Amino acid sequence: MSVPPPRSATAPATRLPLKPGLITWRLTNVVEVVSETPRVRTLVLDISDWPGHRAGQHVDVRLTAEDGYQAQRSYSIASPPEDRHVALTVERLDGGEVSPYLTDELRGGDQLELRGPIGGHFVWDVALGGPLLLVAGGSGIVPLMAMLRHRAAALGNAGPEARHAVPARLLYSSRRWDDVIYRDELARMAEDDPALQVTHTLTREPSEGWTGFRRRIDRMMLAEVAWPPAERPLVFVCGPTPLVELVAAALVELGHDPGGVKTERFGPTGGAM
Amino acid sequence: MSPISRGFRGRPRSEVESGRLPPGQYETRDFPVLSAGPTPRVPLAAWDFTVRGPGTQVARWTWDEFSTLPRETVTRDIHCVTKWSKFDTVWEGVSVDTLLAAAAARGIVPGPFVMAVSDNGYTTNLPLADLTGGKAWVALSYNGEPLPPEHGGPARLLVPHLYFWKSAKWARQLRFMDHDEPGFWESLGYHNYGDPWREQRYSGDE
Repeated sequence: MSVPPPRSATAPATRLPLKPGLITWRLTNVVEVVSETPRVRTLVLDISDWPGHRAGQHVDVRLTAEDGYQAQRSYSIASPPEDRHVALTVERLDGGEVSPYLTDELRGGDQLELRGPIGGHFVWDVALGGPLLLVAGGSGIVPLMAMLRHRAAALGNAGPEARHAVPARLLYSSRRWDDVIYRDELARMAEDDPALQVTHTLTREPSEGWTGFRRRIDRMMLAEVAWPPAERPLVFVCGPTPLVELVAAALVELGHDPGGVKTERFGPTGGAM
Repeated sequence: MSPISRGFRGRPRSEVESGRLPPGQYETRDFPVLSAGPTPRVPLAAWDFTVRGPGTQVARWTWDEFSTLPRETVTRDIHCVTKWSKFDTVWEGVSVDTLLAAAAARGIVPGPFVMAVSDNGYTTNLPLADLTGGKAWVALSYNGEPLPPEHGGPARLLVPHLYFWKSAKWARQLRFMDHDEPGFWESLGYHNYGDPWREQRYSGDE
């Protein structure tokens, strides 16, 4: 394109807190690959000239084969802006072209090409306030975890009052207990923070001792767990398409403002969860 | 120049249809759903479509009126900025040429740029030249069936030669503009024009 987009010249700087203009490809160093669940790995990356990001944004990853063939995919950033490293959490999609490479082949010391951060809609930071309602299905937790980690990092030292001023609830649907990504960290976060409520539901084979929800997220569950519409929560929903469609529609039926519900879907297929 | 990703082979090259995939895209056989918020649902009795001039002139069609406009069936490849492409999608809809001719007959004066406006407030901007000359439609059906709400029904814009976010779901209005203005995603870091063959994904891409 020969003509630059007009807004880069005309938009007020306050609308572009991060460096505007070209989103360049960068070569990053893989610090380590952390196992989250049997199918999920977190790639911890060292990026020397990272411009910073907002919780909820994603990056494009590009792989190059020996014959020059390239493949690109998008992955959500899991780490908060406060962290020194940028972390991506990737679920292995069977038969996938890129994710099995990232989860099974990539290791510390490798390099990984990416560009970002990308996306200016599905983002949250503490300045936007709360209450915060997060609804996740499977690896849809990743951008929402960046928000929770950011909330903890930004408010952690500010004391309970600051946390209570931005209370958060997470409703998180997973197949089995062993598939819950960030399970221990979420438990610790909720334990440390009375203004954070984490609710799990398991859609397949809950263990015998499981006392929580054991079905897909539905309207009744949302009515029980979500902030009432009168609280005007900021809502972020991320997961497979059927979950996102159902949750967004149910929240609107329950009386939430459609304009306050932000959605993002993952996976190439939006397959059933 | 990208370095080689140690151990990465990629899919068998025989599966990669040469010349048909824009750079950085991969083929999917599914039809993924992407949108930034809840799916709007408007009863057809309350639905209308408008074409607005740069001033105050408006041409308006109710659902019944819109349904009488001549339709075309088109088969096109579509390309989403999130990297998937889908080949040979079959749509039925009203050519924007037809629509604008009908609007001109009602006295609507065109402008060089158009903002497509959707039910939920979503907007996307396009040069008029990319909507005319048999390049764009207001699609009412997909694969022979009425367009489902999650795919933008009852009517969505179809501009297959640009990334698919330009094909606004739940389209309700085309608004002529004297000068270009960014729409929703175009204000949030995505490219102003969005040509998949030049890989114009994000603001600042060539």
